[in-house]
Amino acid sequence: MQTLLIPEIGHFALIIALLMALVQGVMPLAGAATRRPLWMAYARPMATGQFLFLAIAYLCLTASYLLDDFSVTNVANNSNSLLPWYYKASAVWGNHEGSVLLWSLILAGWTFAVSHFSRELPRDMLARVLGVMGLVSVGFLAFVLITSNPFARLLPNLPEDGADLNPLLQDFGLIVHPPMLYMGYVGFSVVFAFAIAALLGGRLDAAWTRWARPWTNIAWAFLTVGIALGSWWAYYELGWGGWWFWDPVENASLLPWLAGTALIHSLAVTEKRGSFKSWTVLLAISTFSLSLMGTFLVRSGVLTSVHAFANDPSRGLFILVLLGITVGLSLLLFALRAPRVSHQVGFNWLSRDALLLINNLLLVIITITVLLGTVYPLLLDALNLGKISVGPPYFNALFVPLTVLLCLFMGLGPLSRWKRMDGRDLFKRSWLAGLAALVIGGVAPLLYRGEWNLKVSLGVVVALWIVLPMARDLWTKTRHSAGRLAGIKRLSLAYWGMVLGHLGVAVTIIGVTVVSNYAIERNVRMGVGDSVEVAGYTFTMTELASRRGPNYLADAAEIEVRRGDSRRNFTMTPEKRLYIARGMPMTQVALSPGLFRDLYVAMGEELEGGSWAMRLQYKPFVRWLWLGALLMAAGGIMAVADKRYRRTVAARDPEGAPAARAREATA
Amino acid sequence: MTPKRRQKLFVILGLVSLAAIAVGLTLFALRSNINLFFSPVQIAAGDAPFERTLRAGGMVKEGSVSRDTETLDVAFTVTDYVDDVEVRYSGILPDLFREGQGVVVVGELTQEGWIRADEVLARHDENYMPPEVAQALEDAGYSPEDYQAKAAEVAKRVGAQAGNDDSRQTN
Repeated sequence: MQTLLIPEIGHFALIIALLMALVQGVMPLAGAATRRPLWMAYARPMATGQFLFLAIAYLCLTASYLLDDFSVTNVANNSNSLLPWYYKASAVWGNHEGSVLLWSLILAGWTFAVSHFSRELPRDMLARVLGVMGLVSVGFLAFVLITSNPFARLLPNLPEDGADLNPLLQDFGLIVHPPMLYMGYVGFSVVFAFAIAALLGGRLDAAWTRWARPWTNIAWAFLTVGIALGSWWAYYELGWGGWWFWDPVENASLLPWLAGTALIHSLAVTEKRGSFKSWTVLLAISTFSLSLMGTFLVRSGVLTSVHAFANDPSRGLFILVLLGITVGLSLLLFALRAPRVSHQVGFNWLSRDALLLINNLLLVIITITVLLGTVYPLLLDALNLGKISVGPPYFNALFVPLTVLLCLFMGLGPLSRWKRMDGRDLFKRSWLAGLAALVIGGVAPLLYRGEWNLKVSLGVVVALWIVLPMARDLWTKTRHSAGRLAGIKRLSLAYWGMVLGHLGVAVTIIGVTVVSNYAIERNVRMGVGDSVEVAGYTFTMTELASRRGPNYLADAAEIEVRRGDSRRNFTMTPEKRLYIARGMPMTQVALSPGLFRDLYVAMGEELEGGSWAMRLQYKPFVRWLWLGALLMAAGGIMAVADKRYRRTVAARDPEGAPAARAREATA
Repeated sequence: MTPKRRQKLFVILGLVSLAAIAVGLTLFALRSNINLFFSPVQIAAGDAPFERTLRAGGMVKEGSVSRDTETLDVAFTVTDYVDDVEVRYSGILPDLFREGQGVVVVGELTQEGWIRADEVLARHDENYMPPEVAQALEDAGYSPEDYQAKAAEVAKRVGAQAGNDDSRQTN
């Protein structure tokens, strides 16, 4: 059979990729240090080759999954012949080995993209950037090959069928969530590599930030979408309607996001004003380190969760050592090099610089508090001081007030000017918006529910305080003699990106506020014919039936929903499934989504007498959570499309090429 | 001091004081929000505090689950095969909740010695016994292997299947 050798080809490709990564990590860095163009020239072809061979390895694993090759341990443990093909393909990253392989492939993809799109970079800078990324890749490929080989065989006693993919992961959310998240995690390796390259070269001018900014924005946008998808998936898949649990695994993805958010703002200051240089480098190192730490926490089996696929101590140790080396070496380099490249640029305390400094401080404090709450129980456990868990109250008690504080400064940010500005001017531009936010926020809960609620008012005030001053600013800025359209066209895409991003934060805040305060949940016992009323909707169970899916059996309920006295009604069909291969039960939620409310019906457990425990929920504004995240991500992407980054792309065109070469020669 | 230096000094002082406040608040919030874990052995020994949020875990005792016929109230016994503790909960149990399987509950220990649970987490372990419980047994001077074997035997008898997943329910 010709399919027989596919895993071996994949394994072999993986080894070649590791060797290429090794060359890519060593030669260009050595070449940059000793000024040997030939050695530096290794970087780009090696990046291409590594990506190519990793893609081959990845495709081989996917092929093994699609062809049901249960002689491969990984396939046997995580797939099943009954699984639909799209879940077979996504099951590749639904397990430890495959997901680390995907991590490596994405890293190689980013490296390839950098080598392709950054031709106008000075040669030694590009060599160093690709070299650093090559070294990171060496670490991860060694990790895959030494501790987590996805191509290991189960011979000669191969099973007839696979153990099936965890039913929780048989879902569209899983198909897209991990790749998005990894694109974000790994994308931060680019800015990390730029920062390290700048430190190595001793050339910490604003130029590296201009090159690194688009990459950072894209990575951040992916991470934002990845986190939002994770939250959305948990919402409908875990069956009880929660969207954020402060679970360590979620925190692991939130930490690099918080640091990354600080980073994209600090990069802006460094690019525009040349200040905060050392700080930006430190943030770049921290953000990627937190990404690595997230990977460690999730993959080492330190945490028990749906994400912790295996509890193999050697793996945890390997990532811990990798993390230690990366963080240690980077910080050492920073300590040695940063003072030399730092350069103070003065600014007034009332300026955009200062506001962004406050933004960074607050974001870092939030990051630290979340980090402490996440790591503290692990530390205590490791030191044998007891088993504790830190619950959501801790995170809420710190995260919410700090975020409110952050948003207060965020409202002023877009109005402020670089370097210095007049306090009276700032007041003149913002007082009306502030007053409007206070008034509207104050009455919003009264209008929405007829009852005042401090938390809701606060949330709405904060969200409006972000949006209204910005809207006023936008109104002033688009004033143009040739009409408003011309005024709109005059604004840069980077500015629009900022507007969208901040708008996204406000939308998410509204969603969080409303759904946290006005969600209604009722757990009830229901049989056929029973009716329950929740938030003005009447839920009537009309039918209970059994049905059979491709790889599961299900009890399905039919619920007729009617709003108030209206004559229109619709049907919701939640299911309780039993996945055959693992004998694992799963709740399949029925959702009626809407911009202003979700209805959420889940079957709990069967009770005696043919009735079921049912969970009925009314979730107002819950979609705004994820809508806000999408807006933020769109803002990040839009800022990348700005003219000043496109100019560097234009420099690669035939006419532009001599200019690029000239720049390279002078560099 | 030059103005630039003074600015630098202010930045550093501000940073340090902010960091100090943040760490102080964090530790305060941590102190009041950590939930300690107790196994039935420790609860029987009187180690667990009353009327404070805690986590407790063990195996769901065979034949101990009783549902109220009218409401969603449920009572079951959590055991580590040395001692037992009764848990009462109102609401929907997680999909993976089963007799003979590992379970962790978050709730308060009442003066009468049963736990009023706010949250029930069913967690499947290859060893059938949650690692915290095995650890607590060992600390109390029992050999966890014996009890793990017992747990595995009961779990197999009850016919529950093992997965590697968790699911949770709150009310």
